[in-house]
Amino acid sequence: MPKATEKQIFFKTVGDMPPLAVSLFTMDYNKTGTWRNVRPVIDYGKCTFCAICWKYCPEPAIKLERVEENNKEKLKPIIDYDYCKGCGICWTECPVGAIHPEEEAE
Amino acid sequence: MKLTIPEKEVMGHGHLACQGCGAALSMRYALKSLGKNTVLSVPACCWSVIDGPFPHSAVNIPLFHTAFETAASTASGIKAGFEMQGKDVNVVAWAGDGGTYDIGIQALSGAAERNDDIIYVCYDNEAYMNTGVQRSSSTPWGAWTTTTPIKHPKDRPKKDIIGIMAAHRIPYLATASPAYPEDMIQKFIKAKDIKGTRFLLIISPCPPGWKSDPSNTIKLARLAVQTRIFPLIEVKNGQEWKLTKKVHKPKPVVEYLRLQGRFRHLTEDDIALIQKNVDENWEILSRKLL
Repeated sequence: MPKATEKQIFFKTVGDMPPLAVSLFTMDYNKTGTWRNVRPVIDYGKCTFCAICWKYCPEPAIKLERVEENNKEKLKPIIDYDYCKGCGICWTECPVGAIHPEEEAE
Repeated sequence: MKLTIPEKEVMGHGHLACQGCGAALSMRYALKSLGKNTVLSVPACCWSVIDGPFPHSAVNIPLFHTAFETAASTASGIKAGFEMQGKDVNVVAWAGDGGTYDIGIQALSGAAERNDDIIYVCYDNEAYMNTGVQRSSSTPWGAWTTTTPIKHPKDRPKKDIIGIMAAHRIPYLATASPAYPEDMIQKFIKAKDIKGTRFLLIISPCPPGWKSDPSNTIKLARLAVQTRIFPLIEVKNGQEWKLTKKVHKPKPVVEYLRLQGRFRHLTEDDIALIQKNVDENWEILSRKLL
């Protein structure tokens, strides 16, 4: 089971390497959010909680959070901007137009 | 609310796929349906890069990087090893179209002939995208690639890999599209429970290679099905052909072609010819359907 790591691992000597070429760590250090030019923003007033954006996200950079609303359990999509590459699939596929692109500030 | 696809995520984030990659999305659905009890064998293809550099990996399951022509034979070997140990593990060969249609076809044909207990998945982005968009035998007629420039676009049709694999009479064979995740996941779950060689062909839009907008990935994968360029079918034992997604009113192919820069040079006559070929292929397929 690979370990989650926020820092990239480098081996200084051959002796530090595992005896087999086995990947021991996840790619979590690679914050692909820096690739993004436009950021998707969800308008929760329009969102119908259909989870289509979550379904089609190739990263996966959209998480579903369970929230209670009017005694009903809903799955609220939350975009993880650390990893979102800004491909735009979510705002193209959203059936109610609740996601819009915004220019990145920096 | 009930979700239509499994909620549990196996694939991790931070992978190196381009924006709007169809192959990354297909892997996400595949691992959702197959679960953690899976081993991947990946030849030289986009996925050998997407996974990340050693000692990091984005898939959270064992992944074996292997030579270009050996995806199927490596998977056969891994499966044989697990059988010796008495373990039941899904062994998946995950190759691109170069490693399936061209370079890996003899290993795939060998594994299919031996009926080794593996799942072979080809994510078809219709050229050698990893090395910079060179023509493969999966590239469709008229498409631009760096080795078939606009003055000399490809003048041969796409190889009929489904026909080739059906001729091997393997127990299960299907096509899938990331625009229909429920259909794709059902096919993976069905394939998981069948013994023998199983083959899945996934259309995988590639924004840099197809010169399309990354946001159109799902739209293109859907249009490929709706225009009948890439019908969603499954074949059992090479005999029982079944359509899993019926298209009642097929859309004209021009809608699919105009979203992609690699078909921008095509004239009206060329498009009419593509439409004619698609209709003919559909006629041939519908004769085989039950």
